[in-house]
Parts: sequence; structure tokens; C-alpha cells
Amino acid sequence: MLKKLDEIKSKAILELGSVGGLNSLEDWRVRYLGRKGELTNVLRGLASLSLDERKVIGASANEVKALLEAHLEQKRAALKEHELSMSIELGRIDVTLPGHPLPCGRLHPTTQIVREICAAFVAMGFQVVEGPEVEWDYYNFEALNIPPYHPARDMWATLWIDYETETGERPMLLRTHTSPMQIRVMERTRPPVRVVVPGKVYRYEATDATHESMFYQIEGLAVDENITLADLKGTLYEFARRLFGQERKVRFRCDYFPFVEPGVELAIDCFLCGGRGCRVCNETGWIEIMGAGMVHPNVLKRVGYDPSIYTGFAFGLGVERIIMLKYGIDDIRLFYGNDLRFLRQF
Amino acid sequence: MKVSLNWLRDYVDITLPTKELAHRLTMSGTEVSGIEIIGGGWDNIVVGEVIEVKPHPNADRLRLATVNLGTESPTSVCGAPNLALGQKVAFARIGAELIDGHSGERIKLSPSRIRGVLSEGMICSEKELGISNNHSEIMVLPDDAPIETPIGDYLGDVIFDLDITPNRPDCLSLVGIAREVGALTGQRVHLPEDDYPEVGPPVDELASVHIADPDLCSRYCASLLTDVRVAQSPRWIQERLIACGMRPINNIVDVTNYVMLEYGQPLHAFDYQKIRGGRIVVRRAGDGEVLTTLDEVERTLNPQTLVIADEEGPIAIAGVMGGLGSEVRGETTSILIESANFNNVSIRRTSSGLHLRSEASSRFEKGMNPDLTILALRRATQLILKLTNGKAAKGIINVHPVKREREAISLSTSEVERILGMDVGIDKVRELLGSLGFECKEKAPSELMVSVPYWRTDIHLADDLVEEVARIIGYDEIPITMLHGEIPTYEPEPIIPLRERVRDILAGYGLQEVITYSLVSLGMLERAHSSGAVRVANPMTSEQEYLRTTLRPGLLKALSSNEKHEDGAIWLFEVGRTYLPREGDLPEEREMVCGIISGPRIAPLWPGGGGNFFDAKGVVETLFARLGIEVRFEACEDEVLSPGRTAGIFAGEKRVGVLGEVHPRVSESFDISRPAFLFELDLGDIAPYTSAVRRYSPLPRFPTSVRDIALVIDEGLPSIRVKGIIEGSPLVSQATLFDIYSGEQVPGGKKSLAYRIIYQSPSRTLTDEEVNQEQERILGRLHRELGATLRR
Ligand SMILES: [Zn+2]
Repeated sequence: MLKKLDEIKSKAILELGSVGGLNSLEDWRVRYLGRKGELTNVLRGLASLSLDERKVIGASANEVKALLEAHLEQKRAALKEHELSMSIELGRIDVTLPGHPLPCGRLHPTTQIVREICAAFVAMGFQVVEGPEVEWDYYNFEALNIPPYHPARDMWATLWIDYETETGERPMLLRTHTSPMQIRVMERTRPPVRVVVPGKVYRYEATDATHESMFYQIEGLAVDENITLADLKGTLYEFARRLFGQERKVRFRCDYFPFVEPGVELAIDCFLCGGRGCRVCNETGWIEIMGAGMVHPNVLKRVGYDPSIYTGFAFGLGVERIIMLKYGIDDIRLFYGNDLRFLRQF
Repeated sequence: MKVSLNWLRDYVDITLPTKELAHRLTMSGTEVSGIEIIGGGWDNIVVGEVIEVKPHPNADRLRLATVNLGTESPTSVCGAPNLALGQKVAFARIGAELIDGHSGERIKLSPSRIRGVLSEGMICSEKELGISNNHSEIMVLPDDAPIETPIGDYLGDVIFDLDITPNRPDCLSLVGIAREVGALTGQRVHLPEDDYPEVGPPVDELASVHIADPDLCSRYCASLLTDVRVAQSPRWIQERLIACGMRPINNIVDVTNYVMLEYGQPLHAFDYQKIRGGRIVVRRAGDGEVLTTLDEVERTLNPQTLVIADEEGPIAIAGVMGGLGSEVRGETTSILIESANFNNVSIRRTSSGLHLRSEASSRFEKGMNPDLTILALRRATQLILKLTNGKAAKGIINVHPVKREREAISLSTSEVERILGMDVGIDKVRELLGSLGFECKEKAPSELMVSVPYWRTDIHLADDLVEEVARIIGYDEIPITMLHGEIPTYEPEPIIPLRERVRDILAGYGLQEVITYSLVSLGMLERAHSSGAVRVANPMTSEQEYLRTTLRPGLLKALSSNEKHEDGAIWLFEVGRTYLPREGDLPEEREMVCGIISGPRIAPLWPGGGGNFFDAKGVVETLFARLGIEVRFEACEDEVLSPGRTAGIFAGEKRVGVLGEVHPRVSESFDISRPAFLFELDLGDIAPYTSAVRRYSPLPRFPTSVRDIALVIDEGLPSIRVKGIIEGSPLVSQATLFDIYSGEQVPGGKKSLAYRIIYQSPSRTLTDEEVNQEQERILGRLHRELGATLRR
């Protein structure tokens, strides 16, 4: 019997060596360790033996069983490992093939930058409001300290609406700037005021690479007690750094707009030449991005704010110009020409 | 406005380098937008005198010129025909850089032998100096040109191109700019001399002036000169006028222009002989009066126009343009010079009404001070006498019906600080304002009474003075602080966040955002079946004449133009306003969303089945799902969309939009070749539904049972009715359509719809028995109400 056991052991281990897959491993297990397997058969034959023999052979048979089971587990692990590496090998793909395309829509670059600019001011406590694009002369000019026949009207070539009053006046126009909302906002609220107003504006203008008849502006207005030119500088300085980066230099110079006093023009140092002077900055090293100033006392009086109590500042900037600088776009007509080959770049 | 720095030096010493001066002017509000340097790069070129001219031994057309440069007298070979002994010339020494007369390239002059003779330099032509294109002769300088002077010092100049803001008409003049420079650099300003001998008869005996409409003319001054000779101006006047962008005409007209540039006050010279009766009347024109102006255009006037008239009729449009009849010509011998002050609004109205803008009108319309008239008149008279040897009549005519007080403004240092956020001491304020010509008197401690100089017509309030203080100190000196007051409470405009969400959602579904023009052509509106739009009175082009009443034409046009170069999907949307006319009021501006879908959503190549109605509908449905608004679709009609392929979109009972296939005729009219599907939504109508309070519903706790059924119904029956009946059952949580079939397997005129029905009760586990019974009930209802039968 012991010999028989030895034979089974040798044969089983030998056969195990040639088992190549998990299925044939299972066959091997049934053959040797199964309920009707060879080892079980030997153990079943123990009944006919004497007690002493049974002890010896039984122990030996259990030893063989344990040994074979250990081999089985070892082999199973090896085979599993092998199969996994085989399936990984077979599963290799060309990872450079294109992905399954999902539709990809984008927001217009103007929308993107308008949001970015508004967000910078919202973070400083401003709220976003909007107003009508077709306006009364009163809001667009008169209430902003620009009466009829004021020479400063030349600063805004105007598209007038084909509508005449009984007295033959044309009081309706396409707003030439977002500034009328300064008046509308102040008319309906009491200080403190802090708003930004994005929107379309229109000009009577022949279009070329740098001029459009329709473009976007963002207006800002802050009115309260104790607002100073220094606050204007701080707010716009902070804005410029948020939008253009910490390293940008900012320049404030005196400029004129009828609805502010003192008037300010904000420029940043030229992206392209770093301030040395180039074609884009007209050799000055500076790029003008915004007009601003302290709200004119006449404007405050007009809306019933007492200028001896309240002061404020206002600013306005052209959106497309900033996008053009940011991306090096050299033709403003691309914005509302809506060529997908242009729009997909943003 | 162009300003020659050489000229400017007549009135103020320039103590700063050019670039620094430009920077200071720019920062203080007088923007220097360009700097032109005349005579840059003229090293080694000096004034010389030709002291000897000899023939060239080897060439007939060349000569040898010896030129005295002071310390040396080099000889050069010269081929110019106008070379002559005694001429003052520009002589380029070896090493000078010149423009080659033939190639136009910049070259460095080196010693050379020309036909065997050494040339030790070169006598320059204007072209070689870069002054003009003249290379046929050498440039001859005036006799008094000082020998040895570098030519850059003698001929060179710097021209500033200044952008003058409309509030500063005083800066449209050399004296005005000199005042700015003086204030910025601490220099005194010298006014030009204006003394002259008065030798003729008293002016009153020769001419008189009457102002009939003093509301439009507050002051009229005139001088009279006889025995003048009209000729070319001397070179220095011509050069200065040219440098400042004006064309020299004759000495009389040139002086009026010269003094206008000097002081900013427009002047006009009349031929005195042509003033009939020697009597000038400043009056409103009669209706229909005519005048031929200097530009030889006959103009019909009206009572809004102020004219200068003589006994017989108008001889000039006041402040705008002179008449041709009284123009100063070659034969003119006596002149009357007008220096007047006209109402700015009247001038602007007249010049815009006549579409006639002149240098004079653009100055008057900004508002001039009447005090300038006398100063400018005296200066012009003095200059003309100097140039023409004429005789000035005694005295001047000075009619001044409306006198204005000088403005005086109170300014306290606390007001300066309240606006600037910076304490500027009273002495500093006084000093800064003083440098600009303001007279300050101390009214109280830290309070000044400031009187405004006559030339500053833009200063009326303390705030205006504060700006003066700030701009001369420099805005750089103002500190940087942050707003520190209370942040106002936020009252959101609900449509803004809604609109921005819609943008993000639609872009997320693969639609590209476009922004199209609000102004469109009548043709575009008509092709999109829209009418009654608001019109612009002065459109730039007919392409942009009407305010759109719908976003559709813009998007259809965008689709059409992109089709030319896009093979794949073109899915576009726009969020923008439409403008609906209202009687006697601003148009109603509505925020709309329009999308257009053409081509398959994903497949990269056309053709192969395009995007279709259900792609567009899917976008709309998912959009509303994201917004949390339940909508339903009902077949409807729309002129732009194909009949039978159009659905109205309803939220509750409100129609909030429309969806459908673009009508083939509309597509054709927009030159669109592929099928396109369009939706348009009114954000204003949708907004109220977004504010509805949404409640959470608990997760289902009991298992579901699933049954699939296929129903046969009439082809024309909307599927929504089947779904409605199935989902009407209290035990059904959802019915999903998963197949549509019509063909051989079903009878003609019928279609088969397959639904997966999910049964679920919120309160218990349903038994098979219960589900089967409920399904029978549903089938019964479908049969009774819709004639539906179960497909076997
Ligand atoms: Zn640059």
C-alpha cells in the first residue's frame, strides 16, 4: 500500500507538471483528490487493513493528500497569474486611436470674458445689472452732463431710432455706451451703490479691423459717502491684476469724460513689448483699457443724490479690445462674423 | 493738434527732455499720441558756405566746391546745377549718414574719388537729408544760417501730435500748450508781442459794427489795415503752419491761421472794399437768404444761422466760413480783420445743419472766452503790419454787448481730500493752481477763493479745481485704497442667472454659442417672415438698418455662411435680445434663446443621416429637465418651420417656445442646403417657472415589476396620448417607448409602439397578480380610448 501511495504521489506530481490550464487542473484534482479519485480509493482500502497498518498507511496517505493539495494551490495560483498576463497581453490596444467623440460646444469668447470681468468685480461686492440697449437721449447723454449740441457728443457717433416726437425731435437712440445705466440705477436706489453693467453698445461707425458698429462694454459704478479717487485706483488696480496677472503694471492718467470729474484713463503695460514700445501699443509701452473717474456732481444732482454728502466713481471698458489683446486677434470683425473656425479656438 | 516744439519755445522754455515732456503732458490729460522727430540722425552734417567753385578736370557736368565750415574748408565733387559761390549749404562730413539719392537706402558717407578727384564730403540735397524727394539740386539755406552749426540744431524740430479733449479748447493753441508745459515744469509763459503803430484814420470813420443778435454774438472786435500787399508769407510762417498741419495760402490768411494756432481764437480777414457801405451787421439770416462760401458752394440759409452781413446781404456765415465775395485776393489792398465770440451751441447747430465743419467752427462750438478776441486781434494786426508794410487805422472796433463776470469758486482743503483721498496742504493747492494761472485768495483758514483765468472755459465747480490739483501733482501720487463701506444688498435679476445657465447647458450639449448683430437688413427679416421692426434713422448700411424682432435670421445666416466650409455638424445657439416696437416708448427688449441644428450630432462625416427633429427636441427636453421645468409639446404651425414638423413648447398653459424643421423655402432663401432644425425659447416667459419651490421625494422602498408591451394604433395618433394613459395608472412609475414600427407586420395605416412599463407602489410590494390585473385595466383603457390593440 505504501508503495501504491508513493506511485500515486509521483504520478500525480508528474502529471501536474504538464497541466496547462485551469480546466485540466480541475480534471487533475478530480482524478487524484476527488471523491472517486485515486487517493480516496486508497484510503477506502484502509478498512481491510489491521489497526497498526491503518495507522501507518493512513498517516502516510494524509501526508500525500496534503502534499498534493499544496501543489494544487500552487499550480492554481501560477495558472491564474499566467491567464491574467495572457489576457492583458491580448488586451493591448492602440491608445493613440481617437476617442469616441462627444459633441463639444463652446461659449462665445465675448461671453467668456464678460463673465470673467464681472466675476472680478462681484468678488469686490459689485452686483451685475443690465439695462435697455435702445435708450432715450436723456439717459444716454443729457443726464450724463452732455446736453444737446455739447461738443463732447462727437465722442460718440450715434445711431438714432427712426422715431420723431410731435416737435420733430429724435429722442430715441441705440445706446452708445453702458453709462445710461448709471442714471437708471441711481434713480431707483439710494446709496450705497455698487454695480457692474455688461451689455451691447452701438456706434455709427464704418467697420474695419479695429472698428465695429456693435460691441460690448462693461460699466461700473460705486457711490457712497467717503468714496475717493484713491478708492477708484485701488478697485481698478485690483481688477487689472485679477484679469491680467500680478505682474502687470497699471497707469492712471488724467482724461476727460463729461460725466466724471476728475477723469481717469487706465492703461496697462504692453503685453507684447513689456513697455519698451511696439506697434500694438503705438510705441508708448502702454495700452489703454478703460475710462473712469469720479462721478460728476451734476450727474449726482440729476438723480437727487446730494453731492456734498455722496461721492462715487464710475468706469467703462470695451470687452472686445481686451479679448483681442489677450489672444492677439487682429480683426474685430471676426467676433460677430461667427465663423466656426474662429469660435472653436476659445 | 500738431505742435512744433521750436515754435512752442517762443512762449515757454522747454527744460525737460522730449520723452519726459511727452510723458508729463500725457499723464496730465494732454495726450501725446505721436512724436515726429525732424532731423533725427543728422550727425556730422553742418551749415557751410561755398567759398570756391572750380570745374572738374575730368568731367564737364561735375564741379569742385570748397566749403567753409569754420575750422576747416573741405572740397567736394558736386554735380548739382544750382551750385553757386556764396551759398549757405548743408555739408555732410565723412561719416555722416545720408539717404542715397538714387536707391533711397540709408548709407554712411566714406571718402571717395570721383573721376579721379578726392571728395572730402558732400553738399546735400533735400532728399539726402530726408526732408523731401528733391534730388535734382542741392538745398540752399538762408543767408543768415550760422556756419558750423549742426544742421539738426538749425533745421531740426520735434512735432507732438496731441489729442486735445473737447473740454479744453484753450489747448488747441500754442499758448495754451505753453501754459500746460509751464505749469508742469515750473516755467513762466511769455505772450507774443502785440504793439503796433496806428497811423491811419480812426477806424470808426471807415467801418462800423452792429450786433443785432447779442444772444448769439457776445463780442465783435475788428481792426482795419490799408495799403497792404498780398503775397506769399515768409518761409518761417509757412514752415510753422505746415508743421502744424495747415496749408499756407497768402500772408493775410496765413497770419489769421498763425494767430489762431497761437491763441486758439479763430479770425477772419475780409476784403474791406467788398464790405458794401463799410457797415457790418451780425444778425440771424433771413429765411432763404443765400451765400456762396469760400468752398464755392452756394448755401441757402435760415433764421437759425448767424451771419455777418453788410448793407446788402450776408458776407460770411458767422464762425463757420467766409463768403467767396469778400475773400482776400491778390489785388486786395485793405482788409478788415474780424475777431469775434459766437455762441457755441448756435455754431454747432449751424455747422451740423449745413454739414460744414471748419477749423473755426470746431473751435467756436467748444466755447471760447470773449477776452481772447482783443488779444488775438492785436497780435494778428501787428503781424500783418510787420509782413506787409501796411497802415493800421487808429483804434479797433470793440462791440461787447454781453459781459460776463469772471468765475470765482470756493475751494477748501477738506473738499480736496474728500475727493482725492489725499491731504494736499493749502499752500500746495495755491501753488499748483497758481502755476495754471488761477488767482487764489485765502477766504478762511484752509479755504481759498479761486478766480478762474479767462482762457479756462471748462472750470465751474470745486471738483473741476480738484482735478487741476490732481493732474498737476500727477495721479501717480494719489494713494491706492480699497472700498470700505457697506456692501449693498443684492437684489438678483432672475433672468441673468437663468440665461447664464442656459448658455452653459446648451454649450454642454454640443451647441456652439454665436453672437449675431442686433441690426439686420429688411430682407433678412422678411425672409424670416418678420415684420414691423424698429428702424434706425441713420443706418451705416442697409445690412444693419432694422432691430431684429427674432433671433432666427441671424442664426440662419450664421448657419448658411458656415455651411460653406463645414462638412460636419453645425449646431449653433444664440442668447440675445429681440426688440419689439411699442407706441411712443422704447421697444420691449426680450431675452430669447434660439438654437439651430444641422448635421449629425457625433458622426464626423457628412452624409450618413443628419441631425433631425428629435435631436433638436432632445436638446430642448434635456434643457428643461436640467432647469427643473416640466414642458409638453403640441403640434403647431409656424411660417418659418415645416408644417407637420413643428411643435409648440408649453410650460403649464404658457407657450414658451417653438421647435421644428426649417421650412425648405426659408432654407433656400438663406442659401442653406441641408435640413436644419430650429428652436426658439422666450427666457422671460420661462423665468417664472424656475422659481417654483422644489421638494425632495423619498426614494422608493418597494421592488419594481417590469412588463414590456407592444401596441398597434392608428398611424396619426400622437404617442403622447398612449404614454399619458399608461402613466395615468397609480401603480405605474414610468413608461418608456423603446420601439416604433410600421410596415408589413402591422396593418396599413397603423403603427406599433413598444413600451417598457415599470410598476411600483410607494406603499407595498406588488404581487404578480396585482400587476397583471392593473395591466389589463390599462390595456382596456387604451383600447376604449385610442383603439389600441396588443400586438401579438
Ligand atoms: Zn508694445
